[in-house]
Amino acid sequence: MMATFLALLTQILHAALILAAAPLVVGGVRWVKARLLGRRGPHPLQPLRDLLKLLRKRPVLADGSSVVTRATPYVALAATLLAALLVPGFAQGMALAPVADLILIAGLLALARMALALAGHDAGTAFGGLGAAREMTFAAFAEPALLASVLVLAVLAGSSNLDAIAALFREGSLGIRVSLLFVLMALMAVALAENARVPVDNPATHLELTMVHEAMLLEASGRHLALWEAQAALKLTVWLALLAAIFLPFGAAPAGAGPIGWVVGLVLWGAKMALLAVALAVFETAIAKMRVFRVPEFLGAALLLALLAAALVFITTGLA
Amino acid sequence: MLTLLGLGLLALAVLAGLGAAGLGRRLVPLGAAAVAAVLGAVAVATLALGPVEEAVLALGPPWGPARVALDALSAWFLLVLAVVALPAALFAAATGPSSRAEAAAFPLFLAAMVLVLLAADAFTLLLGFEVMSLASWALVAARHPAGRGRRAARLYFGFAAFSGLCLIAGFALLSAPGMGFSEMRAAPPEGWRGTLALVLILLGAGSKAGLLPFHLWLPLAHPAAATPVSALMSGAMVKIALYVLVRALFDLAGVAQPGWWGAPLVVLGAATALWGAIRANVETDIKAILACSTLENVGLITLALGLALVFRGADLAPLAALALSAALLHTLVHAGFKGLLFLVAGAVAEQAGSRDPDRLGGLIHRMPWVAGLAMLGAASAAALPPFSGFASEWLVLQALIQSWRVAELPVQLLSAAALVTAGMALALAAAAMLRFVGLVFLGRPRTPRAAGALDASGLMRAALVVAGAVCAALALLAAPALGLAGGIVTGLLGEGAAPPISGLDLILGEAGARYAPWAVTALLAGLTLALWYGLHRKGAPEPRRGPAWDCGFMPPPADLPFGDPLTQPSAAGAAQPIRRALGRLALAQRETHHPATPGSTVPARLRVEARDHGFVALLWPLGRLRRLAGHQAERLRGLPLSAYLALALGTLVLLLALLAWGAVA
Repeated sequence: MMATFLALLTQILHAALILAAAPLVVGGVRWVKARLLGRRGPHPLQPLRDLLKLLRKRPVLADGSSVVTRATPYVALAATLLAALLVPGFAQGMALAPVADLILIAGLLALARMALALAGHDAGTAFGGLGAAREMTFAAFAEPALLASVLVLAVLAGSSNLDAIAALFREGSLGIRVSLLFVLMALMAVALAENARVPVDNPATHLELTMVHEAMLLEASGRHLALWEAQAALKLTVWLALLAAIFLPFGAAPAGAGPIGWVVGLVLWGAKMALLAVALAVFETAIAKMRVFRVPEFLGAALLLALLAAALVFITTGLA
Repeated sequence: MLTLLGLGLLALAVLAGLGAAGLGRRLVPLGAAAVAAVLGAVAVATLALGPVEEAVLALGPPWGPARVALDALSAWFLLVLAVVALPAALFAAATGPSSRAEAAAFPLFLAAMVLVLLAADAFTLLLGFEVMSLASWALVAARHPAGRGRRAARLYFGFAAFSGLCLIAGFALLSAPGMGFSEMRAAPPEGWRGTLALVLILLGAGSKAGLLPFHLWLPLAHPAAATPVSALMSGAMVKIALYVLVRALFDLAGVAQPGWWGAPLVVLGAATALWGAIRANVETDIKAILACSTLENVGLITLALGLALVFRGADLAPLAALALSAALLHTLVHAGFKGLLFLVAGAVAEQAGSRDPDRLGGLIHRMPWVAGLAMLGAASAAALPPFSGFASEWLVLQALIQSWRVAELPVQLLSAAALVTAGMALALAAAAMLRFVGLVFLGRPRTPRAAGALDASGLMRAALVVAGAVCAALALLAAPALGLAGGIVTGLLGEGAAPPISGLDLILGEAGARYAPWAVTALLAGLTLALWYGLHRKGAPEPRRGPAWDCGFMPPPADLPFGDPLTQPSAAGAAQPIRRALGRLALAQRETHHPATPGSTVPARLRVEARDHGFVALLWPLGRLRRLAGHQAERLRGLPLSAYLALALGTLVLLLALLAWGAVA
C-alpha cells in the first residue's frame, strides 16, 4: 500500500517536474547558444512567455484545413506527455514503471510524429507535404538505429523495460563498455534527428526550403502553435531525460526511496539535464547543418554503430 | 461443427451456381456474408471449446476418401478468413458484381479457402489450394478482357501454377507414409527428404504469399481485382498460403526438425518486409500501395514464424511461443486492417472515381466516414500505439530482441540484422500510410470529381464500419484474442508453451516487458481530453478561417477554386525523399533530366522510371528463356519422317527403361 502510494507520488512529482523543465530546457539551450555566439540572448524563460502569449491568441485555420489540424496538436502532445511519464527522471520505480517499455516509448513518439506529419498535409500546402515526407524519411533511418540500441540495452539488462535498464545501470555492476559508448553515440544521433536539431534540421531557420520540422507547422497558429511548441520542447526534454536515465543513472532515487533520496535525485537530475542541455548547445554551435540528403548517411552511421555495439555485446558477454 | 461448415460450403456452392446463372446480384454476396459470419462463429467456438476430430467423408479420389478436421490452427485461420470475408462480402453486395463470372467465382473463392483450412489430407488441401488459385485468377481476369489487367492476370496465373507444382511436389515428399495428416505426422521426413520438402513448401507457399523473389505478381494482381476480391486476396488468401506453410513446417514435418529451418524464413521474411515497405512508398495507385504493404506484413509474419522455428530447434519453448504468438496475432490483425483499408480504397475509387492520388485529395471534407475509418486502418498499419498493429508488432520486435538468448553467434547476428530491417520496414510502412492518407484525404481536391465525391452510405458504410469495429476491438483485446490461440501454441510447441499474455496485457514472463493496451489507450485518451478541456475553458477564442499562409505564396486565380493543384504535394513528390534514399534497394531506377534552355518558356522535365529489380533479374530472363525454348521446339516441326520415328522409338525405350528401373528398385 505504502509502496503504491510512493510510486504514485513520485509519478505525479515527475510529471510536474518534467512539464516545468521542458520550456526551461529549450530556453536554456537557446540562451547558451546565444552566449557562445557572443550575443546576449533572450531570457531562458522566454519560451514559457511565448507559450503563454500564444495560448491567449485566436487560432487562424487555413482554408481547406479539416478537423485534423484542430485535433492533432492535442494527440501529439498527449502522446509525448505519456512518453514523458514513462521515462524515469529523479526517481525510479514510478507508478507507470511496469509499462515503461522502450519500444512503447518509441511508438508513442512515432504517434506524435505521425500526428505532426498529418497536420503538415492537412492544409494542402507545398511546404507542409515536403516537411512531412522528409520527416518520415529520417524516421526510416532513426527508428532502426533506436531499435538496435534497444537490443544492446536489452541484452545487457535482460529486458527492454526502461526502468529495469535504468535500475541496473544505476547499480553500476556493468562497468564501462565500448558497446555502451557506441550506443550512446547512436542514440545521440537519433535524438538530434528526432528533435530537429543541427546538423539534421535547424530549429531557428527561416529558410523554408531547408525546413523539416518547422515546415509542417507553417499553418499552425494560436493555441495550436502553442501546443506544437510545447510538444517539441517536451520531446527534447524526454530525449535528454532518456539519455540521462540510461547513461548518467547515478544518484537517481531507487524504487521505494524516501524524501531524502528524492531530494538528492532531484538535484542530480537537474544537474544532469543542465549538463546535457549545455552539451547540446555547444555541439550545435560547433557544427554546421548538413544537406537534407546527407541526413540518411548521418543516421546510417548511427545505425551501423548500434549494430556494431550489438555484435560487440554478443561476443564480449560470452553469451555466444 | 463440421456439419455446420459442410452446410456453409454447400451454401457457397449454391450461391456460386446462382451467380453463374446471373440471379441474385445482391443475394449472392449477402449470402456469402452470412456464411462468413457463421464461419467466424464456428471458428471462435472451436478455439474456445476445443478442436473437432477428424471425419472421413464418403467422397474423394480413387485412392482414399477425403478427410476433414478442424483443429485450433485451422480454426484460427478460419477466423482470419471470416474477419476479411464478412465486410468484403457486404461491400460486394453494395457494389454488385460486374459480370456473371465474377458473381460465380466469388463464393467459389471463399469455399476453396475454407476447404484448404478444413482439409486433413494432402489431396483435399491441394485441391482446395488449386481451386482457390483458379477462382482468384478468374476474378482478376473476368474484370480485364484485355490490357494491363489481363497481363497481370496472366502473370498471376504463371506464379500460381509454379506455386501449385512446388506444393504438390512438397506434399508428395511429406506424404510418403500416407495421404492423411495423422499418418504424415507419425512419420516425419528426415535428412535430405526433409530439406527438400522445406525448400519445396517454402517455394510453393512462399510464392503464393508473395515472399521474395516471387512477389512480382502480388502488387499487380491484387489491385487489378474488384475491391472485395482485392481485400480477400490481400487479407485472407496470402494467409491461407501462410497456413499451408505453418501446417507443413510446424505440424506435419514434426517437432524434431533442426533449428536452422527457420533461417531461410527469417531472411526471406525480413527482405520481403523491407522490399514491400519501400515499394509501398513509391506506388502511385492507392490499391497498389496497400498491396505492397501486404508484402511488408507477410514478410513480418514469415520472419516471426522463422524465429519460432529457430527457438523451437534451440529448445527455448517460451520464446518459440512468443514468436509463434506474434506471427499468429499479426496474421489476424493484418487481416483486420488490410481488409478495412482495401474497402476504404474501393469506396474512394467508387465515390471519387479514381485510384490515383494525383486525382484525389481533400476527401475528408466530403467523405468523413471513409476518411475516419481510413485513418483508423492506417494507424493500425503504421503500428502506432494504441492501435491494433502495434500490439502484434511489439511482439515481433520483442521476439527479435529476445533472440540473443539463443546462445549462438550466427543466430544472434542474424536476428540483430533482422531487427534493424524490420524496424526500417515499420518506419517505412508508417511513411507509406501517411502518404496514402495525406494525399487522398487531406489537403485540397485535385480534380472536380474529387471535390464532388459523396460519402459511402448504406451497405457500403456498414461494410466499412464492421471492418473498423474489428480493427478497434483487436487493438484493445489483443491479449484475449491471443488467448484463443493457446491451443495452437501448445499443440505445435508442446505442453510447456503458452501465449505471452496475462489478463488484458501482453507480457514477457522472464524479460519483464509488458504492453497494456487498455492502460495506454485510457491514458492517451485521458491526456488528450484533459488538454482539450484545459484549453477550451470559457473565454478561449474560437478559431477563425483565413487563407493558407503557405509562406506568402500568391492566392490562386479565380478559375482555380481549390487553389493551384501544382502547389500541393503530388504522389511522386511525396515519394521522392524515400525513393532517393532507399529506392535503389528494391527498384531499378532511371532518371532522365531535360533542363530548360535559358530564355525558352519550355518547362524543365524530370522523368523517373522505376522498376522492381525482380522484373530485370527474374522475369525478363525467364521470358527470354521461354522464347528460346519456343524457338527450339519450333525446330521439331521441320524434321523428316525418319527423325520423328526415331524420337517416338527413343521415348518408348526411355519409358521402358524407367519401368524396368522402377521394378528393380
